[in-house]
Amino acid sequence: MQPQEIATWIDDARKAFSGAPDLDSLKIARLAHSGDKSPIALASRGLGSMSPDDKASYGKLIGEAKAAIAEALAGATALLEAERDRKVLLEEVVDITLPVDRAHRGGLHPISIIKNEVSDFFIEQGFAVEEGPELESGWLNFDALNIPADHPARTMQDTFFVEPIESGMVLRTHTSPVQIRTMLTQTPPIYVICPGRTFRADELDATHSPVFHQVEGLVIDKGITMAHLKGTLDNFARHMFGPDVTTRLRPSFFPFTEPSAEVDIFFNNRWIEWGGCGMVNPKVLVTCGIDTDEYSGFAFGMGLERTLMVRHGITDMHDIVEGDLRFTRQFGVGL
Amino acid sequence: MRAPLSWIKEFVEIPQAITAEQISDGLIRVGFEVEEIIHQGHDVTAPLKFAAVVSIEEITEHKKPIRYVGLDCGEGQTRFVICGATNFAVGDVIVAALPGAVLPGDFRISARETYGKVSDGMICSSRELGISDEHAGIIVLPKDSVVIGGDAIEGLQINDVIFDVAVNPDRGYALSIRGIAREVAGSLDLAFTDPVEALRNVTFPDTGNGVSATIADKATASVFYLRTLSNFDPTATTPIWMRRRIEKMGMRSISLVVDITNYVMLELGQPLHAFDKSKIKGGLTIKRAGKAGAFTTLDGQVRALDPDDLMVVDDDQPLAIAGTMGGAFSEITEATTDIALEAVRFDPVCIAKNSRRHKLSSEASRRLERSVDPSLAQFASARFVQLLTAHSSAVHVATVVAGEPVFPERIRINPEHVSKTLGFEIAPVQIAQVLRTIGCEVDEKNFDIQPPSWRPDLLQAADFTEEVARMLGYDKIPSILPPRPLHASLTSTQKRRRAVASMLASRGLAEVQSFPFTNQATIDAMGFVGERAATFKLVNPMSEEFPLMRVHLVPGLIEVAQRNISRGAKDFAIFEMGSIFRSSQKLETSISPDLTKRPDQKIIEKIFASVPNQGYHVAGLLVGKLENENWQGKARAYNWQDAIALAQDVVSLCNLEWSITRSDLAPWHPGRCAELIVNGTVVAHAGELHPRVVAAYGLPERSVAFAVALSALPESSLVNPTTVGTMPAAVQDVALIVDATVSAADVTAALRIGAGDLLESITLFDRYDKIGEGKVSLAFTLVFRASDRTLTGEEVSAMRESATAVASQKLGAVVRTA
Repeated sequence: MQPQEIATWIDDARKAFSGAPDLDSLKIARLAHSGDKSPIALASRGLGSMSPDDKASYGKLIGEAKAAIAEALAGATALLEAERDRKVLLEEVVDITLPVDRAHRGGLHPISIIKNEVSDFFIEQGFAVEEGPELESGWLNFDALNIPADHPARTMQDTFFVEPIESGMVLRTHTSPVQIRTMLTQTPPIYVICPGRTFRADELDATHSPVFHQVEGLVIDKGITMAHLKGTLDNFARHMFGPDVTTRLRPSFFPFTEPSAEVDIFFNNRWIEWGGCGMVNPKVLVTCGIDTDEYSGFAFGMGLERTLMVRHGITDMHDIVEGDLRFTRQFGVGL
Repeated sequence: MRAPLSWIKEFVEIPQAITAEQISDGLIRVGFEVEEIIHQGHDVTAPLKFAAVVSIEEITEHKKPIRYVGLDCGEGQTRFVICGATNFAVGDVIVAALPGAVLPGDFRISARETYGKVSDGMICSSRELGISDEHAGIIVLPKDSVVIGGDAIEGLQINDVIFDVAVNPDRGYALSIRGIAREVAGSLDLAFTDPVEALRNVTFPDTGNGVSATIADKATASVFYLRTLSNFDPTATTPIWMRRRIEKMGMRSISLVVDITNYVMLELGQPLHAFDKSKIKGGLTIKRAGKAGAFTTLDGQVRALDPDDLMVVDDDQPLAIAGTMGGAFSEITEATTDIALEAVRFDPVCIAKNSRRHKLSSEASRRLERSVDPSLAQFASARFVQLLTAHSSAVHVATVVAGEPVFPERIRINPEHVSKTLGFEIAPVQIAQVLRTIGCEVDEKNFDIQPPSWRPDLLQAADFTEEVARMLGYDKIPSILPPRPLHASLTSTQKRRRAVASMLASRGLAEVQSFPFTNQATIDAMGFVGERAATFKLVNPMSEEFPLMRVHLVPGLIEVAQRNISRGAKDFAIFEMGSIFRSSQKLETSISPDLTKRPDQKIIEKIFASVPNQGYHVAGLLVGKLENENWQGKARAYNWQDAIALAQDVVSLCNLEWSITRSDLAPWHPGRCAELIVNGTVVAHAGELHPRVVAAYGLPERSVAFAVALSALPESSLVNPTTVGTMPAAVQDVALIVDATVSAADVTAALRIGAGDLLESITLFDRYDKIGEGKVSLAFTLVFRASDRTLTGEEVSAMRESATAVASQKLGAVVRTA
């Protein structure tokens, strides 16, 4: 046995391993070049019969040769395995564009979404969210708000009455009775919004619905001025319509506020009427037992449908009230 | 309220440079919404001439009557035109558009051949000139009212700007040119001449006996002017300028007397009523009808009088519904020669009630129910006499006055209140100046203010504050955030509703909001009875189809489902959250406590208690398939389990423990409906809808639904979680054979009791109902875990046996051996 012979074994093994076309051929080559009957294995077994000097020198050579062969085998194995994997995974390819949307798509009604959005904004400002009944006492819906019977202001709001008419019970025409309930049951400072469903006997058309939603706000505190009303509305408008929106107050009339104003927004290059507002009429505060020398307040109210329609360019109220899933699903759980 | 610029200019000096848009902006700034600016005549081009009809040739061979008309247009020769209208005769004065003229709609007039004739122009109707909607025929003008051949654009004052102004109900004074002009002047800082000033000293000598005037009850009217005139020639015609102004206001010219009453009302704001004096027996009295009866108004309608109706009556009978509409009997006719002219400052509420009772909103009632300047009864009636005597042969006979005007009371305000309310400093001198602009007399030393006669709405400091704010401009108010309160959060109820909605939405249910109206047929079809069917009836429903308030959410969901199905949807799930209206209590007659102070606590509570409780529910409806079918394969249909699972999930989401039992409540299938019970209260129902309901509404077979009374759910306490055990779990399976009538819930409950506290979970993993003899096999996996040790085999076996022993003892369960 010559050292050159050992080098040949390494070369042979390397050639055989790298020449193996697949893992099966490599297995045969492995048996031939590093198996029990391979020259290197036989030589290794022959070390025992050698002289101590030879044993030492050959032992080293054979050890190094074994390591080189093992390394070559590992390299070839890795290459062939990678190639096999590539082939197999390629065969398992699927069309991942196939439609997989079997689940029904749910979602909140856009009015719920915008109501939540408004509520969250005001909660953040420290306003509580108050609610009240939809079938409401006429005294709370009208009288306490300085809308006396037979005043033309009552005809501004076509009211649904409930039998017997002497009960004075109405479907609330605004969420303002919630403001009255709040003032009758809480003491200032009062910072609340009142979102909810309201009713007016309007025919359903592209821009009106007999059943709609409002959000009203009420603040009663010491030193509250119309400037605070304006600041609150500016902030609210920016939240709802974006930072570039501007607001405008226009003198108007509501029995429950004095001074009263309409609030317009300049949105999409035009002025749009958004809602009504004003300083709470001292008469209303008096009815609710709030000391007008100590406290003043403001109130405002907007239609949620209108806000939604203006902001999202919805042109037909029918889409909002009909419950067609094709409309509602466009919103998911956010606007 | 319309207001032509030409009329406003009579009272306001408006420089030529000021545009209609600036005037409109000015009105908007002071609180008068301008709904439309009508530029009348901007699309009309001369020549438009007044012409006399000199000949008419009827052409009859066409389907409609055609006339070939000879016109004298002041040109020295007759001009011939074709005309399709027939409301005129030879000698009448008409308006002719000559070739070269352009009418609204870019309608160019030229000489052309038509109906075999050359038509050398056109005879115009009001509508063709764009000056009114009147199109019953061509315009026919009174003879001698215009110059033949004169320019009709000028003569008819076609070129004008008309503002259509929305007037708020607290500003009755602005339902007049006088009021609008005052606002234009105030807003644009222009000189204003009050037309009343010229009438202040106008008096007419009495030459005979006038009709007497009486106010029976001072509460119904403060002042009553009754002016008697005679010698009126009923052929007198309305001057063109007056007729045109009335038309521009959107009203029609009727007769000289009626036109003047309307003209003065439009100019000053005081409704007037003219009676044919010959029909009046004795004098006129303002009093309540006192008894029911029939009354024919001048629109020819017979109206049933209410005893409370305020009337103008003579010694015999009612002659007018006060301030609302005159009667047919005493109206001005073509034979009227003697006139009694009524001008009254009525109590607004009386007129509002008149108007409402008779569903009759007239130009007069609209003004009177908004309060009319009490000084106007005198001045407006004087203006009437002035105009009628100037334009006819009528002469004033006598003026009778009953009562006296009641003017707004003086009031003292603290000017600081204005600044404090508006949030910026305004000097008292400026406040005084603004208040004078709107007509107040102000004593600047102590701010003692006399509001003007036409402003009954100025009663408290806040009212004056608004006046100052609107005249200075709301844009002067700064924008400042209020002091921020410390904290707010949603209530637990609000959080719960949101969580439930989000959960259902993420489970594939789409939220809908239906109108809360229903009808008896729906209630009956659902099978609701007793207190679940009792509801409130609307006095004035949107339609007779839905006169009742809903008692349940499922019918609304069914309606929405039907709509979606009709539009092609097949498989879907929807839910709604909202109030239902079961009338558990009889509605009491309302109480109306005094508004000038806070009502007693007892009264407040009584009012709150008078409002019926309105339950807040969530309900869902699931129709068709659970999933959208596609290439992946078929989907199963929604079934009763899906509905029950959702109801359970809603209650569980609220951190509440529930028990379940079978129910036979409508509108569900009596064998396939579950009810959930929390703390002994039934809070939810779920399952398959009754087959009869499904069939009646054309829903897919075996549609399912759930409803949870969210408002019946108790508050859940703060979660206090147990520590999660980390020792190994021991799993045991048991199979039990029970009667098929025994519910799975009962078996599970029995096993739980027997298994003891170390039972962590129990799962029914198999149910086999094919073993016959009315038995079923239920197989459970029990998972046991102790927090402090690994359980031994003996311990676990003992617990399992204890569990099955309780099930055997309570429910006759037999352990199934393999």
